[in-house]
Amino acid sequence: MRLEASSSDYTLLEKIQGIRVSFVALVVTLGAVGIVGMYSAASGSMEPWATKQLIRFVFCLCIMLGLALVDVRVWLKSAYWLYAGVLALLVLVLAMGHTGKGAERWLNLGPVQLQPSELMKITLTLALARYFQGVSAEEIGRIRVLLVPLAIIFVPVAFVLLEPNLGTSLILVAIGGAIFWLAGVRAWKFGLVIGGVLAAIPIIWASMHDYQKSRVLTFLNPERDPRGAGYHITQSKIALGSGGVFGKGFLEGTQSRLNFLPEKHTDFIFTVLAEEWGLIGALSLLALYLVVVGYGFMIGLSCKNQFGRLVAMALSVNLFLYMFINIAMVMGLIPVVGVPLAMISYGGTSMLATMIGFGLILSVCVHRHVRLDRR
Amino acid sequence: MSTDRDITRSRLLTRRAVVLGGLQLGLAGTLAGRMYYLQVVDSDRYRVLADDNRVNLRLIAPARGLLLDHVGVALASNEQNFQLLMIAEQVPDIDASLDLIGKIVGLSDGDRKRIVKDVEHKHAFVPVILRENLSWDDVAAIELNTPDLPGISVEAGHLRFYPLSDAAAHLIGYVGSPAEADMNGNPLLSLPGFKIGKAGIEKFHEDDLRGTPGESQMEVNAYGRMIRELARAPGTPGQDVHLTIDAGLQSYAHERLGQENSAAGVVIDVHTGAIYALASYPGFDPNLFSKGIPADVWEELLNDPKVPLTNKASAGQYPPGSTFKMVTALAGLESGAIDLNHEVTCTGSMTLGDHEFHCWKKGGHGTIGLTDAMAHSCDVFFYDVGHRAGINAIAATAAKLGFGAKLGLDLPGERPGLIPTKAWKEATQGETWQQGETLVNAIGQGYVKSTPLQLAVMTARLASSAMTLPHLTKQVDGQSSTRTDWPPLRFNPAHVEAVLAGMEAVTDYGTGQHCQIPDPAMHMAGKSGSAQVRRMSAYEREHHIHSDSLPWKDRDHALFVGYAPVDAPRYACAVIVEHGNHGADAAGPVVRDLLWEAQKRDLARVSVASDTRLSTRNLSAPG
Repeated sequence: MRLEASSSDYTLLEKIQGIRVSFVALVVTLGAVGIVGMYSAASGSMEPWATKQLIRFVFCLCIMLGLALVDVRVWLKSAYWLYAGVLALLVLVLAMGHTGKGAERWLNLGPVQLQPSELMKITLTLALARYFQGVSAEEIGRIRVLLVPLAIIFVPVAFVLLEPNLGTSLILVAIGGAIFWLAGVRAWKFGLVIGGVLAAIPIIWASMHDYQKSRVLTFLNPERDPRGAGYHITQSKIALGSGGVFGKGFLEGTQSRLNFLPEKHTDFIFTVLAEEWGLIGALSLLALYLVVVGYGFMIGLSCKNQFGRLVAMALSVNLFLYMFINIAMVMGLIPVVGVPLAMISYGGTSMLATMIGFGLILSVCVHRHVRLDRR
Repeated sequence: MSTDRDITRSRLLTRRAVVLGGLQLGLAGTLAGRMYYLQVVDSDRYRVLADDNRVNLRLIAPARGLLLDHVGVALASNEQNFQLLMIAEQVPDIDASLDLIGKIVGLSDGDRKRIVKDVEHKHAFVPVILRENLSWDDVAAIELNTPDLPGISVEAGHLRFYPLSDAAAHLIGYVGSPAEADMNGNPLLSLPGFKIGKAGIEKFHEDDLRGTPGESQMEVNAYGRMIRELARAPGTPGQDVHLTIDAGLQSYAHERLGQENSAAGVVIDVHTGAIYALASYPGFDPNLFSKGIPADVWEELLNDPKVPLTNKASAGQYPPGSTFKMVTALAGLESGAIDLNHEVTCTGSMTLGDHEFHCWKKGGHGTIGLTDAMAHSCDVFFYDVGHRAGINAIAATAAKLGFGAKLGLDLPGERPGLIPTKAWKEATQGETWQQGETLVNAIGQGYVKSTPLQLAVMTARLASSAMTLPHLTKQVDGQSSTRTDWPPLRFNPAHVEAVLAGMEAVTDYGTGQHCQIPDPAMHMAGKSGSAQVRRMSAYEREHHIHSDSLPWKDRDHALFVGYAPVDAPRYACAVIVEHGNHGADAAGPVVRDLLWEAQKRDLARVSVASDTRLSTRNLSAPG
């Protein structure tokens, strides 16, 4: 591999200056919203969540800035290795899960709990970007060229499905699809696949037994069970709706304060915020996410190498998917699939994964003038 | 490397990025649309649902209206009452706490069983009543031990208190927890500890006394725990009910009747129909009912032959005996069967067909007129009058004087008594009326039944010449029930005068002469009566075995009716002493004492004076 620019092109100072302060400010704003959410969810207390979230955020912020300074060529070179390493972790948790109790998604490494499927979103992105870095626009037209990246996507998807974690598997497929699209895979191929899947659904459905159908329906739509997840989503809609345009006010959310909201500090944190801050707050948060996603796209577009472009944009799409699935879920648009709201929900792995993604986007930004050979 | 190729690739990617970005904007737009739908379009609906979630309405029991006598003395009031409550979830060791409480204030095994059951059936944060009706000492002892009793608290409530205790039990009634049958969906009735009127005035005026409950809006969390009070709408306390009763006379009457085994009496205002005293002895302590009556006490009350739970004054039906002779006399005069100068020769008995009807006086009264016949209560005279007038004339007169039907007393449980007619006998027994039966009923025996209240009303109507109706309610909700404009009694005044003269003669020189009121200004007129409980056998008559040598329950009832003062009648009174033998001996002195006491208290004047104070309506005192 021949590099058109070496790392000696940038001094550390230049790299630090290359970090977009405005991007970091946006990330800090997201983190701050999360801490306010934790404070609200605890009815106006820093305990038990806000303080921990703050510490985590500061920790993750350091990691993000550290990663931003790592040369993009290091990422390129190690992409497959990282992918292979996380894939090994996935297999490991699956093996441990089978010996443990049921679905085990977590890898317990002493004080740090790790969810390998979260990390897979990043390493999958790196691996695919690495692959398409070396594929020309013409070559992408050949089916044979797509076999390897398809395998890169579906091997981890298969493991994540086995956990079982349908939500993350679908996100992995979506990220892969986004990279395929950006890399230039022909539009008709997407049409073919989507059409095929849609055509297969009724055939598979018709061949299933009633109890299997029922199981699938409940899995896809927990609202079918009004006492379980259905209750959750109903309460969430009540909280959102009763917030109205201007919200009930900071710490005045009755649905969250009186514990009618389930999982209020994790999956339903958006509801807590929207109940207290209303439509105005909800739209502002949505806009904040869109600005960050758009920023990631701009960084991608300004990058001089395909690897960086794909990494920055795919990670932005990842953030968007996270946000979209969570918010659509708590608003009752899609089934409850257990996806947290990136940067805002309580939880270390999700935040760490998202901030690693931000670190990589920043790294792409810092090193956007680096040119990489296709091979 | 090929820069051109890379540029191509970069341009393709830019186009693709724009499409992808557009797709994301579209999805974000969907989210924004959904937010708008939930938080703007449907917001009102969700606001209602959110409030439904968190707001729990709790009723606050209204204070029950007081029962007051005619001048405002309390007959039923609300006493502060202390309850001991426990919130199970705050008690680390329930058994240990109950042991300690048992040592301090005492807990029966029954209490403990109920507590354990309540704790099992209720949420851990719902207070459970450990004990009610704590004394001040109990409260102080609990407060002293507060550090050792987490989760235990003392709460103030209300307990219905009846200051007159037994003396007005039948009249006032009592309150108790609503029975299953009382439940009509009114949530107030399900409130723990809520009591409703179960008997007497408490029951009759339940709607006035109850009031409307207040409402407390409590915020509750998802588990139903009360968090705080959001709003409170105070209820309306129940209306106070002013009665015509005089607390002093009522207590006196109870005490006076208590000198006999079992008795009942009524004192009524002849002009207004206001009842000043209505007593039945023996009574019971209604305070026991508000606290929850012990089962053994209840059993004892139920099985007592003197029926302490029955209000004998308005629900006890007795043959009126000779006190009915005024009715027979008036019936004879009004029907034209006899005139004012009618005389009968009493030989000690009268023969009708093959039956002999005896006078109470062996040997007879000789030739006797109406006045003397009443004074000495000659049975033969009234056999004759009854025979001449016929049972239907007697029944018509009796009806006008208030017999044979309920008088519409504002108190539950009133009984109608019975006045027989020919038609009645045919309808109920399928037999024709016998002439001899007229004779028996003419002296208040046989089928005739009346309540002491009806006897008092008869006396009042005779004394006032008005169709007075009795009532106990003086004023409720600012509405005065006192009435003086009763329709006149449509009898020939001369006939009524003659009957009243006979009643005066009774206390002047007749059977009641020994029980005249000593103060001439307060003199009373009256009539005695004895009612056979068991028909005398020929053997007993022959061997001069008198009622007073029989077992108590077989002895005659003693009755007496009277009014006073003779010159300007104001008070009428009727008394029955169950199994008291001779009316003049047993019941007469009681009537005398009640009428005497009523006059000494000058109840009518006091009542009217208080009435002008109670209401804006000015009532003129008639007579």
